Amino acid sequence: MTPSTTEIRATGDDVRIARLAAAAIVLSVAEAAIPLPLPGVKPGLANIVILIVLLRWGWRDAVWVALLRVFAGSLLLGQFLAPGFFLSLAGSVASLAVLGLAVHLPRRWFGTVSLSLFAAFAHIGGQLVLARLWLVPHDGVFYLVPVFALAATVFGLVNGLVAGRLMREIT
Amino acid sequence: MWYERLRPWIGLMRPGDYLTLAFALALCLVSAATLWRGGAPDKAVVRAGGQIFAEIGLDRARIIEVPGPLGITRIEIEPGRARVASDPGPRQYCVRQGWLTQSGATAICAPNEISLSLTGGDSAYDSLHY
Repeated sequence: MTPSTTEIRATGDDVRIARLAAAAIVLSVAEAAIPLPLPGVKPGLANIVILIVLLRWGWRDAVWVALLRVFAGSLLLGQFLAPGFFLSLAGSVASLAVLGLAVHLPRRWFGTVSLSLFAAFAHIGGQLVLARLWLVPHDGVFYLVPVFALAATVFGLVNGLVAGRLMREIT
Repeated sequence: MWYERLRPWIGLMRPGDYLTLAFALALCLVSAATLWRGGAPDKAVVRAGGQIFAEIGLDRARIIEVPGPLGITRIEIEPGRARVASDPGPRQYCVRQGWLTQSGATAICAPNEISLSLTGGDSAYDSLHY
């Protein structure tokens, strides 16, 4: 094999982000195996990793991990550039934007559960906006909003508690 | 006990988290209440002999009497619902249909040529579709 002329040296940051993204990807691939009644209702286990990255290493790293998760996860599942990929991307972008604001809430009063709930609701919000504009250009999609909201509440709470527990273990 | 095992998890909740959780649950309830209300009627339309006899808002209780070829059909209106209270027809189908509550629901008293139907809200279907 001819040696490459360009040399890319992975910094410590790169390695850390890659490892965290790998954890997030594993969780999203694993949860793709869980049968769920409605498309769009998912536990979103990868968000546990995103929350921990956000709280320990900041928003910039969380953006990297979340977007790597969306791209690599969809490649592994054969969803890349399929509608599901764009929904996932829209949800992630909305959720990262909201997390960027919510992370400035006072930590003493608002823990991981609040962040997780905000992220979960932003996720369904971003997905619904894209679905309404592009995939289902009809107000019928909003008929499912209560179901998505309930799923976001339940999974947001559970993921937030797990993230809080893990934060306590690693600090 | 099982709830003893929940204690470390509850300890992770901070005061603001309860606020956020309450807000999230409220959002679920409000969205269900507003988006799944479809089919709530706001008006009853009474036809006699094919012509519209009366259009009545379903806001307060009242009874109207509609004359037909066989006699008087009495229609009872209550807030949010309506029914044919009595009819001179032989088989009483429209009376036995009872209270109509969904938008699009219709009771037809064919012998007396009178019909009662509810409109308004999101009336995607009428009774015949069921």
